[in-house]
Amino acid sequence: MKTIIELENIIKTYGNITALDRVSLKVRKGEIFTIAGPNGSGKTTMLRIMAFIDTPTSGEVYFDGIKVSNENRGQVRAKCTMVFQKTALFNTSVYKNIAYGLKLRGFPKKEIEERVKDVLGLVKLDGYEKRLVKKLSGGEQQRVSLARALVLDAELLLLDEPTANLDPKNMSIIEETVSRVNRERKNTVVMATHNLFQAENITKRAALLLGGRIVEVGTAQEIFRTPSKHLASFARLENVFSGVSRSLKEGTSLIDVGDGVEIETALRKSGKTSVFVRPEDIILSKKPISSSARNVFKGRIVEISDLGSVVRLKVDAGKQFVVQITKRSFNEMQLNVRSEVFLTFKASSVHVI
Amino acid sequence: MEISGRSILVSGSATMLSVLWGLPVATILGLKRFRGRFVLKGLFNAMLGVPTVALGLVLYLFFSNAGPIGFLHLLYSPSAMIIGQAILITPITVSFITSAIESIDPEIKDLAKTLGASETEASIAVLKESMSGVVLAITASFNRAIAELGIVLMVGGNIAGFTSVLTTTIALETNKGNIELSIALAIILLLIVSVLSVSVNLIQRRKT
Repeated sequence: MKTIIELENIIKTYGNITALDRVSLKVRKGEIFTIAGPNGSGKTTMLRIMAFIDTPTSGEVYFDGIKVSNENRGQVRAKCTMVFQKTALFNTSVYKNIAYGLKLRGFPKKEIEERVKDVLGLVKLDGYEKRLVKKLSGGEQQRVSLARALVLDAELLLLDEPTANLDPKNMSIIEETVSRVNRERKNTVVMATHNLFQAENITKRAALLLGGRIVEVGTAQEIFRTPSKHLASFARLENVFSGVSRSLKEGTSLIDVGDGVEIETALRKSGKTSVFVRPEDIILSKKPISSSARNVFKGRIVEISDLGSVVRLKVDAGKQFVVQITKRSFNEMQLNVRSEVFLTFKASSVHVI
Repeated sequence: MEISGRSILVSGSATMLSVLWGLPVATILGLKRFRGRFVLKGLFNAMLGVPTVALGLVLYLFFSNAGPIGFLHLLYSPSAMIIGQAILITPITVSFITSAIESIDPEIKDLAKTLGASETEASIAVLKESMSGVVLAITASFNRAIAELGIVLMVGGNIAGFTSVLTTTIALETNKGNIELSIALAIILLLIVSVLSVSVNLIQRRKT
């Protein structure tokens, strides 16, 4: 597959601070690529360099195989666009915000009007043209930002934490729009996020950025399904437990994580161990179920958070577990805070960090 | 009436002149980071408080026949008053516009660039964002100019029918004991300033 943008040995320093340290990366044409990393790891700096609004201290950037220099930076910049994490909008109407880039490109008025109308439909803000952006909600403002970038139909769309601080409804509208645009128009999308859950949902390949360095690149599956120390060091990994493990005869191990909770893992390990269980790997039931799964705990729901199509529950079973189930199951099971539930998961779902 | 017209004309021209050279300076001060920027900004801020009599004297010496630009014979002409007022209000124009631009989120400039703007187009976008502050700066500059007495008296000379403006006439008529006329003219002066400020305010409000 063709490479749309390539970073080669990029170093970016601000005074004494090294924001990016020898970063090399190839993003393929037409893919959704995620840059995952904790706050301050250099994600924004990386995107700003890819949007050509910052220049690296050293290293080269290639766009469509062509080396980008001071001479052609302006032309290349017109082929990319970026949506900022902190919503930046021109203090005027929705229409003028979205039309700005098209006006710069000299589109006729009629076509601008049509395009603005279409893109507003895409982000589900039909008829918002005349509204003033300052009077919209945070989620609506972020959708205007996205629309303003999408309307340009740029080859490379850069998104800096596009859904940070948004409620589930706005979050899913943005995610759906991005996936749809990528699918239908084949625009390349590079998205920075610290929300791994999101990264895994809509992306195919990802890079893990830590302290200005890329520590892992691969498919989302490779990075997020097989947890590494790098990932665990920052990820919003839930259900992380530490304790002393002892090997059992059967080849599995039992880890005493305290408070009367013992977790069985399929790996042979003894001594101090940290493990984690993915929230979606835990089966929730109202009555104990008979299955092959080695881990069964009884507990009570202490917290419920609605994430749109799925629901996350915190269950106190001596230790607190986070469990994720679909909204439909949640409704069918008629669960509530303080409901008594059983948690079941396989020993092979327990990953050692 | 003629006097009021001249007041508006002279101060209006002076304001335009100060914006003409003040706006580019303020844009650079507000957007670019360069060595000596703070010194320059401090200088304009300090000049906000320059005693007008001192400035008037300096200008008088420049314009007088023996002065460096005496050959232009500008002393005691409306042009001299325009230049004098323009210099007087330049610090107001520059300082106020600079802070209006600085109050705009620096991300706006980057944003414009990501949407395809060139360096100049991005600066214009920031300027547009700070428009309400810029308009306020211009209004304040005009109000300061039209209220000025010292400089216009020294370089204009209050020649009846030629360089007499509202402020100089009020001063003269009060000295002559024509208090009623002075009061009437002062009310006109106040009206000009308030009508301008209120209408600018209304236009701004309609926009947002």
